[in-house]
Amino acid sequence: MAFEGLADRLQSTMKKITGKGKVSEQDVKEMTREVRLALLEADVNFKVVKDLIKRIKERAVGQEVMESLTPGQQVIKVVKEELSELMGGEQSKIAVADRPPTVIMMTGLQGAGKTTTSGKLANHLRKKHNRKPLLVAADVYRPAAIDQLETVGQQLDMPVFSKGTDVSPVDIAKEAIEQAKEEHHDYVIIDTAGRLHVDEDLMGELEQIKAAVIPDEIFLVVDAMTGQDAVNVAESFNDQLELSGVVLTKLDGDTRGGAALSIKAVTGKPIKFAGMGEKLDQLEPFRPESMASRILGMGDVLSLIDKAETNVNEKQAKELEEKMRTMSFTFDDFLEQMGQVKQMGPLEDLMNMIPGANKMKGLKNAQIDEKQLVYVEAIIQSMTKNERQDPNLMNASRKKRIAKGSGTSVAQVNRLLKQFNEMKKMMKQMTNMPKGKKGKGMNLPFM
Amino acid sequence: MGFMDKLKNKFKQNEEETDDISKKYKQGMEKTRHSFSGKLNDLIARYRKVDEEFFEELEELLIGADVGVNTVMDLVDELKMEVKRQNIKDTKEIKDVISEKLVEIYYGDDDEEVEKLNIQEDGLSVILVVGVNGAGKTTSIGKLAHQLKQEGKSVMLAAGDTFRAGAIEQLDAWGKRAGVDVIKQGEGSDPAAVIFDGIKAANSRNADVLICDTAGRLQNKVNLMNELAKVKRVIEREVPDAPHDVLLVLDATTGQNAMSQAKTFSDATDVSGIILTKLDGTAKGGIVLAIRNELQIPVKFAGLGEKIEDLQEFDAHAFVYGLFADLLEDEAE
Repeated sequence: MAFEGLADRLQSTMKKITGKGKVSEQDVKEMTREVRLALLEADVNFKVVKDLIKRIKERAVGQEVMESLTPGQQVIKVVKEELSELMGGEQSKIAVADRPPTVIMMTGLQGAGKTTTSGKLANHLRKKHNRKPLLVAADVYRPAAIDQLETVGQQLDMPVFSKGTDVSPVDIAKEAIEQAKEEHHDYVIIDTAGRLHVDEDLMGELEQIKAAVIPDEIFLVVDAMTGQDAVNVAESFNDQLELSGVVLTKLDGDTRGGAALSIKAVTGKPIKFAGMGEKLDQLEPFRPESMASRILGMGDVLSLIDKAETNVNEKQAKELEEKMRTMSFTFDDFLEQMGQVKQMGPLEDLMNMIPGANKMKGLKNAQIDEKQLVYVEAIIQSMTKNERQDPNLMNASRKKRIAKGSGTSVAQVNRLLKQFNEMKKMMKQMTNMPKGKKGKGMNLPFM
Repeated sequence: MGFMDKLKNKFKQNEEETDDISKKYKQGMEKTRHSFSGKLNDLIARYRKVDEEFFEELEELLIGADVGVNTVMDLVDELKMEVKRQNIKDTKEIKDVISEKLVEIYYGDDDEEVEKLNIQEDGLSVILVVGVNGAGKTTSIGKLAHQLKQEGKSVMLAAGDTFRAGAIEQLDAWGKRAGVDVIKQGEGSDPAAVIFDGIKAANSRNADVLICDTAGRLQNKVNLMNELAKVKRVIEREVPDAPHDVLLVLDATTGQNAMSQAKTFSDATDVSGIILTKLDGTAKGGIVLAIRNELQIPVKFAGLGEKIEDLQEFDAHAFVYGLFADLLEDEAE
């Protein structure tokens, strides 16, 4: 990696202090300097950093750290708590108007990801909240912006309201609301053109749209890679439009995302969603707590649990646990599990969410080759029913047949068999751990 | 002759030819310049003594311009040494030194000249345009096509962004505005195949320049970066010495991640220059100093507005002048 993440940076700083019996004031000073640099390198605005460091220093010099037995960990805790505090409390919900439709207005700089996010949001509302949104193409300036939203609409099989580029965005928005009422859409998402916060004319246009349709939510869409300028952008949009929330996009990149902290600090408005990929289902509710954890390298456990809960139902999980314990886990179960994991999204994303996974040698930066999974699937599907239930049946000629049937080699088949056996052993060990230590109802294979 | 005089002379020499460009920059950079130079002057006025506190605030000022923590730290360390060596106590005296060092960061040991596109005299020149999502690749290509056409080149575009919804239509619209042909296939087709077609078409129509659009991709997506490397290999195979330029489009509002972008895109495609977009906002794009310094990748163009002619050849002198104009004017008084 070109850069160490904020987490790595903080952790290596902490390492210097962990192991020491006691922390001196000098240690704290050195450490806060490192934290400061790390936060600045993460693009947190320098003013925000200044306040944050002041608070961390006060607490770190105080008794709660210096007199504790594990000062290093205490410091991490203090930093994490302060970051979480700054990021805000509970995750915010999306507004519901007393009288439908609920109107959401998407705003932001050029290239922040408004159009994609509009599509993702519509998808989210339909999938998670059972809503019937109408997308509105109000970007009449950028060439093909309307085509883009219409294509997104087709991909989602969702209606898009557009009037071409010759109608003013204000009129488009107004007419869209009328149509939404007639067609009983309960949400209207207005995709506005990207504009600079210093462009008075275009900012004025947003104010007009706002006055015309009185949105229930005004979201600022911000690129997670934004640098120090994030505060200027967020402040201007908030001053002129009074935002109700922020959507952070491109958070699946390797940016450290300090902009999130800056925006929250200067606007006080909650970050409601995070864009985690280019696909239209890759929008996640923003969780301040887990973002702070992720920044500190503690893994995004909450998101992982959430994903697992959506995709694996309780009953299946219980059956699986039973099978794991008794070692009666078969290749059929294995296939089923693979399917479920795949539903949760790209494996890479999942790996990134496991605490400590980025610390494991070999796993760090490891690109999980999803193609390998295709081979694995092919191999299993080439087995007979009996073979799947009892891998011990396997002999040389069976392996040869399976390799042929799946378009792989005997060596690949052998490898899978070996891995499968090892996995079974590992599962047994895992399930025999004392009850309390296991995650709640989480039984994911390959982990 | 002091450093400031040298810089001023440099401008006087080129005054006529750079007048237009300078004006554009001055407009585009007005806010940048004011906030940066203004703050530097504030800082200097506020602090009489050159002490730790002064340096800390200087650090923040530069970091606020997205210059980058490492660059700033190195700069401040050097300054501290210089202050000791020259026994500088008054903040007024340090002003010269600060500006001189900052300019040095961009130029390094290289000649101070405008870095132009590598357009061939004869035959086809291929320009590959890469970058993360939303940086402004397609828009920049439209502007660049217009500019090259104004210079009398015959230009063609290849719609290599087959992934993003509406990307092909967007490039098509820019092609019409600039009056150049666009080679395209449907959404979802293989980008390498589209660009292969583009090269064939450009060759058969005797075009001078082919500009290849690609889908935006975050640099940590290894598979997508591999796809980009493949596109480049196809170009290499089809046209000798091509691509003649690989331009990374960088959003000036991007923070420190820009360095990671420059490094990773360079590893995959050997980036030869940067188009710095959206410089007409309040973002300062200071990270290009560090990118030029660490990776020797120069900025070739700057996007200074939304109109088709708002792409300017990047003139480092004008850029630096934009940052330091206030200082230069103060010196003259």
